[in-house]
Amino acid sequence: MDFLRPNTFAEALALKAEQPDAVPIAGGTDVMVELNFDHRRPPALLDLTRIAELREWSAVDGKLRVGSGVPYARIIEQLGGQLPGLAMASRTVGSPQIRNRGTVGGNLGAASPAGDTHPVLLAGDAVIEAASARGTRMIPAAEFYLGVKRNALEPDELIAAVHLNAAPGPEQFAKVGTRNAMVIAVCSFAIALHPAEKRVGAAVGSAAPTPRHATAAEEFLAGELDWDAPKPLLDSVKRRFGELVAEAASPIDDVRGSAAYRKHALAVLARRTLGWAWQDHLGKETRECA
Amino acid sequence: MSLTPAELTSSVTGGIGTSPQRPDGNLKVRGEFAYASDLWHEDMIWGSTLRSPHPYARIVSIDLTEALEVPGVYAVLTHEDVPGANLYGLEHKDQPVLAVDVVRYQGEAVALVGADHPETATRAMKRIKVEYEVLEPVVDMETAADDTPLHPGGNLVRHVPIRRGGQAPTADVVVTGRYEVGMQDQAFLGPESGLAVPAEDGGVDLYIATQWLHVDQGQVASALGMPLDKVRLTLSGVGGAFGGREDLSMQVHACMLALHTRKPVKMVYNREESFYGHVHRHPAVLHYEHGATNDGKLVYVKARIFLDGGAYASSTGAVVANAATLGVGPYEVDNVTIDCYGVYTNNPPCGAMRGFGAVQAGFAYESQMDKLADALGMDPVDVRIANAMTEGSVMPTGQVVDSAAPVAQLLKLVKDKPLPPVSTTLDLRSMPGGVSNTTHGEGVVRGIGYAVGIKNVCFSEGYDDYSTARVRVQVINGELVALAHTAACEVGQGLVTIMQQIVRTELGVQRVTILPMDTSIGNGGSTSASRQTYVTGGAVKAACAAVRDKLAKLAGGRDLSEVDLVELLGDDVVDETVEWRHRATEPLDPETGQGNAHVQYGFAAHRAVVDVDVELGLVKVVELDCAQDVGNALNPQAVLGQIQGGSAQGLGLAVMEEIQTSGGKVRNPSFTDYLIPTVLDMPPMSIDVLELADPNAPYGVRGVGEPPTISSTPAIVAAIRAATGLALTRVPVRPEHITGT
Repeated sequence: MDFLRPNTFAEALALKAEQPDAVPIAGGTDVMVELNFDHRRPPALLDLTRIAELREWSAVDGKLRVGSGVPYARIIEQLGGQLPGLAMASRTVGSPQIRNRGTVGGNLGAASPAGDTHPVLLAGDAVIEAASARGTRMIPAAEFYLGVKRNALEPDELIAAVHLNAAPGPEQFAKVGTRNAMVIAVCSFAIALHPAEKRVGAAVGSAAPTPRHATAAEEFLAGELDWDAPKPLLDSVKRRFGELVAEAASPIDDVRGSAAYRKHALAVLARRTLGWAWQDHLGKETRECA
Repeated sequence: MSLTPAELTSSVTGGIGTSPQRPDGNLKVRGEFAYASDLWHEDMIWGSTLRSPHPYARIVSIDLTEALEVPGVYAVLTHEDVPGANLYGLEHKDQPVLAVDVVRYQGEAVALVGADHPETATRAMKRIKVEYEVLEPVVDMETAADDTPLHPGGNLVRHVPIRRGGQAPTADVVVTGRYEVGMQDQAFLGPESGLAVPAEDGGVDLYIATQWLHVDQGQVASALGMPLDKVRLTLSGVGGAFGGREDLSMQVHACMLALHTRKPVKMVYNREESFYGHVHRHPAVLHYEHGATNDGKLVYVKARIFLDGGAYASSTGAVVANAATLGVGPYEVDNVTIDCYGVYTNNPPCGAMRGFGAVQAGFAYESQMDKLADALGMDPVDVRIANAMTEGSVMPTGQVVDSAAPVAQLLKLVKDKPLPPVSTTLDLRSMPGGVSNTTHGEGVVRGIGYAVGIKNVCFSEGYDDYSTARVRVQVINGELVALAHTAACEVGQGLVTIMQQIVRTELGVQRVTILPMDTSIGNGGSTSASRQTYVTGGAVKAACAAVRDKLAKLAGGRDLSEVDLVELLGDDVVDETVEWRHRATEPLDPETGQGNAHVQYGFAAHRAVVDVDVELGLVKVVELDCAQDVGNALNPQAVLGQIQGGSAQGLGLAVMEEIQTSGGKVRNPSFTDYLIPTVLDMPPMSIDVLELADPNAPYGVRGVGEPPTISSTPAIVAAIRAATGLALTRVPVRPEHITGT
């Protein structure tokens, strides 16, 4: 197996163009597990850890560009204020050691339906910056996940960065696992309020072949929420929202949980996170009026 | 006059009753300790194992041609290459070293490859062509005995009946229940590993992580067709065991490859292979009926218990005896009818794991005690205390418990502890679901549960259970030093520390070296059954006494405490080896299950406090307090560590740990999906340690390692029941069991 070690992103893109079957590796928290268990034997690994620019993030006019190699630990530490949903999801990834190495770029590259950051990226309308020697293109998160462990990247493309708006409103992420830490998602859910646009982003993880938007649930809330004169949510609204989120999922029975449980749990998570996010929104409104 | 230990130890620190630092502690904390997987030998090659993908299949043919053509391959071996007997086993020789014409479980070893690199071995393995005729597996433990026979003689490995008192009793109140225990794994962190080095005398030296060197040696020699003295084992660094290393894994395989290639051969299982490479805890189905008077006194217990031994017997027979003889728990019951069956199936082989049969029974009888309390309208602790065994109580086997059995006291201790406050701050780490942010308090209900358990200590049923210890004293650089040598395996529990402490106390020597454990000395017995401090500790103590006697002779009748031992010894060396046995036990009567089968009993009680998110079915164990009698805490810190570890393993079984199988196939052979508790799952514990000495045991010790594993699980499940009002008859409790989805 070849181990390719580019020093610059341009060099990495050139190598990827030459060897499209080279597997990019950053933190190695997913790729190395597959190698160690002999589940995967790529002809080459493309080591991205020498490329400083991938580990940088920047903010311009409330628009954030997060390099694909920024580890979860730094997202939690440095971006919690601007990207609370992404930070919450990052906090649920593995152990502290894994969060020191693992990256959002890796989550996207692997495109596992159980990846923790995917629902947040969907709910927050993230855009993935894919680069190749041919140029750069921007892929909305909603178009990025194609199937179980399949994404929209071309063989010669690498993930350069993820673009997100600094959260325009409250965000929440919740995930169910059968252990209180260091656990892969049985199912997960993210919600992001977009008050200026009077709409809500909602997405489910680990409950369908790909992470996906709960579109009907989003539309339902857009019609129900009174953004101009916010008041506490009716229980019936939260419940209906939960039902619609559960309906958006098409989970399977597996060793981690039953399909029925996943739907049930998603409804509970959706209800609760909506309550928390709306409560935050109400709090903010009240403070701003006072 | 004879010398007492106290007179010798006045100037020595780190004797018994203290908690000196363990000799391997710093290395382990720094990550510098050499585990078996770190073994290395110049010129060594790598062995790997081709395993059956099927739970039950006939082997039609094996074609090695293409595998042998892979460059870098030194050997590809099958059952035809097993030099000696191709059957081994702890109690019954029923397991082939390499499968002959049939495979009986997924993961059964079929062929071996020795190659210059693990990758080469993997490539070669993929080129071995095995043609299987897949057969319908036997997977139901309750019907297995009447199903397709998987071994000559059928599928019943052992039936232990217990008949005591009246067999047709009646009672005011009767509760019945059917309980299930899932297949738990030992989940030790250091995977199976060993290094076999061919020796010039035609024999082999094996460096191995194991729990019992001599029983390995016997089995390896038999399979290699060699005399015992040609097969020499040395213990390598062991990363946990918990019963899972009592059976052979690659011991014979590595030696076969080494002898065949005349090269040192290293074998290391990866995590996935490890799940196939060792036995697990027996899954169980337990049917119970308890009858009691209206005031809560037990009149009778009836039970039918099934234990799934999987494809090979391993220690199923002894596990069956434990589940049967300990099947009513630490309670006085005059009328007992128990039938306990261990069977063969095509599920993964099961054998020893911490608690060994007492865990499965414990979940059932403690669930029954709660059910009884509920039926009687009694407090669950009161109903237990009303029936609690004491010293002098009679076991269902007729054996009189002849040392402390403070069951009521242990229960009172955990009950009287202050309860934890309900959390008022929103710290996700204290919530069910933890930092996954599933609740900010919504749906969370608190529950409290109690349990107490009983475990036999040491080997039972007439087994000749002994240990051998050698102790030497001499003067080096003007200092009196001691050396202790046994074959008793240090697997992480701290036996090396205990041995040092005993020698310091008995001989008054500060500097004590522990020799590597190997088969150049006599049998140390198994590191299991909570027995090593008792038996090997007893042997080291006895060897020290022999050394003292020698010194006294050298002193010619002078009082040793007043003799300068450095001067007395000069260049002499005193070196004594002693074989030490605990008091004998008896076999069980095969018809009635009566007999003095056990050496000693250990007891622990737990109170669990849990917060359950009843809408999501997630559980946070808030508190898991324990009280246990340890006879005499030779190393108080190690005792607490054992109680914490045992309780954590019980917590794992209560809420998450299970090897899930389907049609005999393992569905979750990884730490991604076989979950063990993290620091956010296991709460800090408050522990009460009683020291009620057992007059029959050295220093009065009572085995520590297993009792806490038994009561932890049912206490937690009782607490979840209290929070949810659900029956919860199966462990581990999964979220689906709570939400009903």
